[in-house]
Amino acid sequence: MKSKNKNEQIKKVTKNLALWTLLWLISLAMATFGPKFLWEQNTNWSILAIAINTAFGAGMIWANIKHISVLDELQKKIQLDAMGIALGVGIVGGLSYSVMDIANVISSDAEIGFLVMLISVSYMIALLVGKKRYA
Amino acid sequence: MKNKLKVLRAERDMTQADLADSLAVSRQTINAIEKGKFDPSLPLAFKMSKLFELAIEEIFDNSEKE
Repeated sequence: MKSKNKNEQIKKVTKNLALWTLLWLISLAMATFGPKFLWEQNTNWSILAIAINTAFGAGMIWANIKHISVLDELQKKIQLDAMGIALGVGIVGGLSYSVMDIANVISSDAEIGFLVMLISVSYMIALLVGKKRYA
Repeated sequence: MKNKLKVLRAERDMTQADLADSLAVSRQTINAIEKGKFDPSLPLAFKMSKLFELAIEEIFDNSEKE
């Protein structure tokens, strides 16, 4: 049956995406904590770790594109809506956060990690709401 | 958009999963179309038309939007 092939395809690309995401996360942790805990600030090792992280990041983007390409039209719409909301929240929230830092409204420096977390959480919430809306 | 998908499916003794299999989409998509929450694309509507051997207008009713 066509759809069984489609389901198998979706499972395959989802596993592929999970693998690339895991590799990217591990390489990011290595690039972040390696200089302090593994190679004592050796610049060459740091450059290598960053290059590997960037390569895995490119692989993760490619896996994400492949994942979206096999989804059906409703699944694509749910993803698009969630990505649009996450992008909007990220830009608005991220810039507000940055302005708060510049205006010294917050005591600490604005961290990029906050923006990544905000985008991730808003994407996941929007995805769940989208799935529930069309259930 | 209103449609007769549920009736047509029942007449052919098909489950939502069966129809989803035949059209290569997810069961959630069939459910959303049947409930009028999601309007299918033209290619998917043509696939349904071919599967049920009916014209698209016989499956979907767009009168409320006119």
